[in-house]
Parts: sequence; C-alpha cells; structure tokens
Amino acid sequence: MKIGVVKEAWPGECRVAASPKNVQRLIKQGFEVQVESGAGVAASFTDQAYQDAGASICDTRAAWGQSDLVIKVREPMERADLDLHEADLLSEGGTLISFIWPGQNKDLVDRLAARKATVLAMDCIPRISRAQKMDALSSMANIAGYRAVLEAANEFGSFFTGQMTAAGKVPPAKVLVVGAGVAGLASIGAARGLGAIVRAFDTRPAVEEQVQSMGADFLTVEIEEDGTGSGGYAKEMSQAFIDAEHALFEEQAKEIDIIVTTALIPGKPAPLLITEQAVKNMKQGSVIVDLAAERGGNTAGAVADEVVESHGVKIIGYTDLPSRMANVSSDLYGNNICHLLDDMGKAEEYRIDEEDEVVRGALVLRGGEMKWPAPVKKLAEELKKPEPAKVEAAPVAAAEPKEQKDRGPWVLMLIGLALIAVGWTGSEGFLHQVTVFVLSCFVGYQVIWNVSASLHTPLMSVTNAISGIIIVGGMLQLGGPLNEPATMLGVVAVLFATINIAGGFLVTQRMLKMFQG
Amino acid sequence: MIPAGAIIASYLVAGVLFILSLGGLSAQKTAKRGNLYGIIGMLLAIGATTLWITGNAEGLNTEALLSDSGTKTAFAAAIGVGALIGGVMAARVGMTSMPELVAILHSFVGLAAVLVGLSMYSNPSVDVAEKGSFVLNIEIYLDVFIGAITFTGSVLAFLKLRGSVSGKPLTLPGRHLINILMVAACVWLAIDFVPADLNSNWQPLLWMTLIACVIGLHMVAAIGGADMPVVVSMLNSYSGWAAAAAGFMLKNDLLIITGALVGSSGAILSYIMCRAMNRSFISVILGGFGTDGGGGGGSKSQDQGEVQTFDVGEAVEAMREASNIIIVPGYGMAVAQAQHSLSQAVDFLREKGKEVRFAIHPVAGRLPGHMNVLLAEANVDYNIVLEMEEINDDFPETDLVLVIGANDIVNPDAQEDPASPIAGMPVLEVWKSETTIVMKRSMGTGYAGVQNPLFFKDNTRMLFGDAKAVVDQLLTGLRQ
Repeated sequence: MKIGVVKEAWPGECRVAASPKNVQRLIKQGFEVQVESGAGVAASFTDQAYQDAGASICDTRAAWGQSDLVIKVREPMERADLDLHEADLLSEGGTLISFIWPGQNKDLVDRLAARKATVLAMDCIPRISRAQKMDALSSMANIAGYRAVLEAANEFGSFFTGQMTAAGKVPPAKVLVVGAGVAGLASIGAARGLGAIVRAFDTRPAVEEQVQSMGADFLTVEIEEDGTGSGGYAKEMSQAFIDAEHALFEEQAKEIDIIVTTALIPGKPAPLLITEQAVKNMKQGSVIVDLAAERGGNTAGAVADEVVESHGVKIIGYTDLPSRMANVSSDLYGNNICHLLDDMGKAEEYRIDEEDEVVRGALVLRGGEMKWPAPVKKLAEELKKPEPAKVEAAPVAAAEPKEQKDRGPWVLMLIGLALIAVGWTGSEGFLHQVTVFVLSCFVGYQVIWNVSASLHTPLMSVTNAISGIIIVGGMLQLGGPLNEPATMLGVVAVLFATINIAGGFLVTQRMLKMFQG
Repeated sequence: MIPAGAIIASYLVAGVLFILSLGGLSAQKTAKRGNLYGIIGMLLAIGATTLWITGNAEGLNTEALLSDSGTKTAFAAAIGVGALIGGVMAARVGMTSMPELVAILHSFVGLAAVLVGLSMYSNPSVDVAEKGSFVLNIEIYLDVFIGAITFTGSVLAFLKLRGSVSGKPLTLPGRHLINILMVAACVWLAIDFVPADLNSNWQPLLWMTLIACVIGLHMVAAIGGADMPVVVSMLNSYSGWAAAAAGFMLKNDLLIITGALVGSSGAILSYIMCRAMNRSFISVILGGFGTDGGGGGGSKSQDQGEVQTFDVGEAVEAMREASNIIIVPGYGMAVAQAQHSLSQAVDFLREKGKEVRFAIHPVAGRLPGHMNVLLAEANVDYNIVLEMEEINDDFPETDLVLVIGANDIVNPDAQEDPASPIAGMPVLEVWKSETTIVMKRSMGTGYAGVQNPLFFKDNTRMLFGDAKAVVDQLLTGLRQ
C-alpha cells in the first residue's frame, strides 16, 4: 500500500503529517511512502531527510492522486494556486486521514463523499484509554499548552523565576491556568519548569489531584457544582457558578502576572471567563494567552491569531501554537497516525474494521457513504463492559462474609454438641484431653490470625519443627528390648522426628537471620 | 529422683513456649525470639521425657521405662543421627528450595506418627484394662490414618516442588467418588478393627494404612502447581493433627497441645492464603485446578497479536529514564537466583535518586512469603518490599514495572475474563503503569497453565532470557 504525505496548503501552517522518523516507522509497518516535495520544509524536514528514511519524493498531484492513502494535518481546502479543491486531487475512492471537523465542515464532507472517498478524522478518535496513543487532539493540545507559556514569556517583561541579584530582588511571576485539560496541565508544567508560582482552576473536581501533582495550587469557588462532562471535557455551568468564577478571577487578577485560558465546551462557543474588569485589575505589562480564541475566546477582547493590548495587558490569541513548534508536533502527529495504522492492521492486514470502536469513531466516510457521527451505543457499550465483571465480583465478595457469619454459630454449635456427646459417653480422662485439645486449637487460631505475610515461610517452618514434638510419642514407646517391633518402630520414629526438629529450627534460624533488624 | 509434677510442669512450660514461639513469628521484630522460644520449648520437652523414661521421675506410669541397654544405645543413636541429618539438610538447602525442604520435613512427621501408632498397637506393655481398648483403638486408628496421609501427601508435594513430578493436576474421572470410596473403605475397616483387643487384629489396620497412603498421594496429585503453597501449609496442618492424635493415644497433654496448635495454625494459614487467591478452601483441597477452561484460554491466545520485545540496551534506557520503578518478582527469579544481582541493581538505581520498590503477591513463588525470604537473603531493605494491597493502587503513577519471572500473578485475565481459570484471583495491576518490562525465559505459560494477555499489551515489552543473566547484563548496562 502506498501512503502519500502531502504539503499543507493552509497559510502559515508549518506542520506535516509525518516526520522522516514516522516515515521509517510506516515503512517498517510495510507501507510504501511518497512525500510531496517540500512538504516538510516548514517543519525543518528536508526532502533529503525523507529520502534517507526510505520515502520517494513526488509532486503535488502524484502525492494526492497516486496514493492509496493520503495523510495530512489540516482538513482539505480550496487551492488557489491550482484552482481546484484538494478533495478533487484525491483519487476516486481514495482514503484520507487528517483533521476533518465534520461537524463544522459539511461542504467538505459532501465534496469528499462525491469522490467516493474513505475518510478517517483524527479529531473524531474516541477519547478512551486504548486510543490515547492515537489521540492527536491531546498530543497537539499538549504542545499548545507548552507553547502558550513560551509565548507569554516572550511578551512578559520579567523573569518567571524569582531572583535575588546584586542589583536587586525580582519576585517570581504568578501564573493562573484556567482549564486543566491536557493543554492546561502542559501549561502548568511549563510554567513551573520556568520557576513561576502557578495556580489553576477547573470546574471538574476530579482534576484537582492532577493539578496538584504538577505542582500548582488548585483554586476553588464557594459553590459546589460538578462540571464533569463527557469525553474528558467540561460541561456548561450554571449562572451562579459563572458569576462566582468571574468574581474569583477578578480578585486573582490583582496579583497574577500571566493568565493562560484553555476552557472549551464541546459544540459551544468558548465560555467568557476573564471579564473586562478582570483584565483591568491586572498589572500593566501582564499577559493573557487565550487558547480558546478560535472559538470566541475565554477573555474579553481576545482576537484570534492576534496580540491585542487592552488596559495595558497583552492578550495573545494565537490559534497556530502547535504549528509554531512544527518539528515536534509533526513528529507526534505522525506517531498518532502510525499508531492508528498499527491498530488498523498495518500494511499487510490493513482493513477498516467497523467493529473496532476507535476506527468506527474516526470513520467519517466509507467509499463515499456517510458514517459520521458514529453511533453512541458503541461507546456506551464500551463503558458498560467492565461492569459485568464488577457485578460478578460483587456477589462473591458479598457472599463470603455472609457465609462466614452463617457458618460460625453452626460450627460452634456442632462442636458444643459433639463435646456434650463425648462427655456423656467418654471417661473423665478423655474429656480432659478433649478440653485441652479444643482450647489449644483456639489459641493457635488466635495467635496466627495476624501474622504478617512476609513471615509465612519462617512461620511454616517453625510450626513444622514444633510438630516434631511427636518425638515424645516415639520416646514413650521405648519400654521394651530392642528386638521387639514396638521398640524398633519407636526408635525409627524418634530418628525421623529428630531430623524434623533439627532441620526445622535450624532452617528457620537461617531464614530469620536474613531479615534485617 | 524428681517428682512427677516437675515433668508435667515442664510440659506445661514447653506448651506455653510453643505458643509464644508462634506468636513471636507473626511479626518481623519478634521472629528471632519466637524461634528461640520454640527451640527452648522443644529441648525442655525432650529433656523432661528423657528423665521420665530413664526412670528419674517418680509417680508416672512405668511401662515406658527404658530398661534395655540396646534400646538405650539405639535411642541415643537415633537422636544423634537425626540431629546430624536434619542439621546438614538445613545448612545446605538453598533458599530457593525451601519449599521442598519444608514439604519433606512434613513427611517425616507423618511417618513418625504412623510408626508411633503401629508401635503403640503392637506394644505388649500397654495395660489394656486400664486404658480401655475401644477408645484407644479409635485413637490409634486415627493417628495412623492422618499420619499416612500426611506422609505420602508430603512426599508427593516434595517431588512436585522439586520438579521430579509434573506440577499438572492429575484429574482422574470421578476422583471425588474415588476419595469417598477410599474413606468409606477405611471406615468399614474400622468397624472390624476397633472392637478387637490390642495387637490382635493387624489386617484391617495395615490395609487402612495402605489406603490412607493412596488417599494422600491422590489428594496432592489432583492439586495444581499454582496451589502448591496452600498444599504445603495444609500438610503442615495435617502433621499437627497427627501429633494431636498421637497425644490422645498416649494420654499426653503436651502432644495434644502442640499438635492442636500446629494443626489449627496450619489450617488458618491455608485459609489466609486461599483468601489471598480469592478461592474457596474446599475447592483447593478437592483439587483439579487449572483444567477447567484452560484449553479455551490457550486457543484464545492465538489471536492476541504479537508481543513487542526489548533488548537489554533498550531496557537499560527505560530504567534510566524512569523515576518511579516497581519490581514484581516471581518464581523465575528464585529459580535463576537473580535476587543478588537484582539487589545490586536496585541499590544502584536508588543511589541515582529513583524510587524503587518491590511488589510481592501473596502467592508469588512456591510458598507464601517465599519472595520475602529471597529478597531478605539478598539484603534488600524490607521497607521497600510491599504487599499487594499496599502497592496495587500505585501502579498508575509508576513509570516502569519490571516483572521478573512472574506470570499468573500479573495476569489481567483474572480481572477481565470471567471464563479464565484464574478469574477472580487478585493480581498485581502492572499493566496500569506507563511501561511494563516482562523478563521471561520464553513465551511459556505459568504454573496455572493459562496464557497471559499482559504480554500482548501495547505498553508491555518482553525481555527474554534467564533472569540472572539478564539482570547481570542490565546491571552492567546501568553502570556504564
């Protein structure tokens, strides 16, 4: 199978769908790879590098039209230079893997459907744990979060880390990250790495631990409301909660130097979190990076793709942050694709398996037939799957203690009855022995119950040695002359019991010596 | 001459010392003292009994007095030779073959119990009228029965642990029925045996001994290798019951106390272990584990995909990059004697500031606590050796897990596949970590004979080779 890596036409887009390293991996998977000339230049990958990795170099039309599978980053678009749409460059019935955003790009999907294309959208890969390695949204968000801090640092007029110099003292920068998803966490990490004091806010209480694990303080509002939505995103909050948030940010803004906002709610415009008042409250020279600028922004006054200054605060609205680190983002995006193709059976067993919920989720078109959105049932099933095991386990766990509770009194009663029966018939001496026996059983039970598991082996070997007490039995049989069978048996019994005693205690001693004090 | 009360009191003190001994063994700090108590108790018991049978005590029954000089010599020789053999065995045994030693020592107790019982029955000096032969006969019969089962069962367990006999469970058709029939036969023989006078009705007793020997063999044969720790502990319990039965027979309180102590503690230990494996005690005893659905597990493995391998260099790289490492040792580490090299590697990694811990599954190895013993032998700080419950929640935050020669105890099927023979057994959830490196000799299955999907997971890398050789290479690689 031939994979075509095409050059991105989107203005300013520097990424490419596969780095030379990815190409090597694809070839290892059994694919043949051709790369459009100049596809990787903006990401610092030369044609030569691709050739060295084993790919062939071709022109635009060949890369699109003569590949079984085209991989790219941005969704296909109108090409002014060629005067036609990229969808039409794709061979009839060809396959495309890229970001598609089928919800926003109905026209594009129709165009591709007309080409009888099979299309897998990287943005539709379900966010389940198995698919994490194919999740390009996460890998790109990670880069964006990191880059956002660097962009802020670039515009910020001071150090991130506090410094005590001969010339004077510089306090550490205070960074607030709003929205602790993948991007938010990456921002926290980057800002912490530069030495700033970081605070973070998120409506989903579950992320508190993740935030703290990254070394940031987790801010909360007084109102209890869980903002956990589906697919790892947050949901829209109530008005009272939003008001509380605004108040919190306005208050925080007074001491915060840099704000990074990453709050997105699926299918909705980005929520306004940093109000005009909050911007006003910030010190002159502070910076806000709004990662949601493309969807309207979390900040009052944010403009997509631009840096604007409002009340002396710079608001950065770049939407191409991953592209600004094209080298690594191309590599990671390419890895995501490699993993997806791995999942689809590599070159030899390549197939689009609609039973595979990752592939099914990403599948937008199959031979021109509309497949998007994937039925939700599948995902729900996946969520339910682990449950039967739990359900099964629960009765077992529940049954066990119940059984014990039931059995206890019964056993005691039986023992009691047996004892009474023995007392009825047996002699006094025998009853005395039974008493000793039963009490000893209880003592053994009580003594052993709390033994630590690491001592099971020494314990076993010491009980083994102690059970060599049978030697006393053997010794009491030595009354007769040696030629009597009873005596001989007794001597042999003594022999074996002694082996047991000596061996058992010595070996325990050896073992215990090794456990350091 | 010392009064009989002194002998009885010595027995009481010995009994108390044994209880203190077992109690001491339940915690790390007091364990050594516990063993010492046991030794003192045993010396006291043997000393007191020797005084008694050599005629230095007043007022006890005198039928057991050592009178014959040949017997005296034989007795001394038996003690001397026995102590020598036992001492040499204990001093020579490798820590990895500890389970075998324990199993064979159990068999000696069983054998001694049988011999004492037979000797008692044949002893002409027993005063039948005083003891009442009816109860005594039942006691002899029980003593021999339990002793014989313990004896042959332990011998087979020893052979299985040594690998001389396959660890696979032997499941004869209708094996439960066979057991029931054999027990029924013993009961039937007892009806004939019990009413007769001492030393007059040998045939049923010997037949029963033979049948009990077969029961012991058959019972252990049916139990699969993975359950061996439970079997050893169960046989331990039996050896205690055998001693207790001998105590009833000889009207000796010390034997009863000690036997009951060992019997009940062994039973509890078995129960604790079964609970750790989430299996019912009864089903372990009845055996046949690892056969039901095992074939299904095997065929399923065919379409699980390919494993991804690491060479030593890649593994070293992964260890260098990880800051939080958990090591899961299994029987493979014990067999290869890799614990010493591993201990050095762990020291090295800890010096580099990495967090390295050991996760010990309750049934790792062939005896409970087997891994703890081996790691202690290799001077691993026991503060970093953690039990399953303590560490299982930490795997998701772990960068790297090294599984060394373990298989069933890290099998995700136990949680995910209700049809798996090991379903429901608690396992170490290593697959939740970032990366798992599994060191194994080959793709063979574990003792339970089931395939392990862990090996096929995306975040698992196989590192094939003998555990010791591989760990040595890792150590060299790390130091470079």
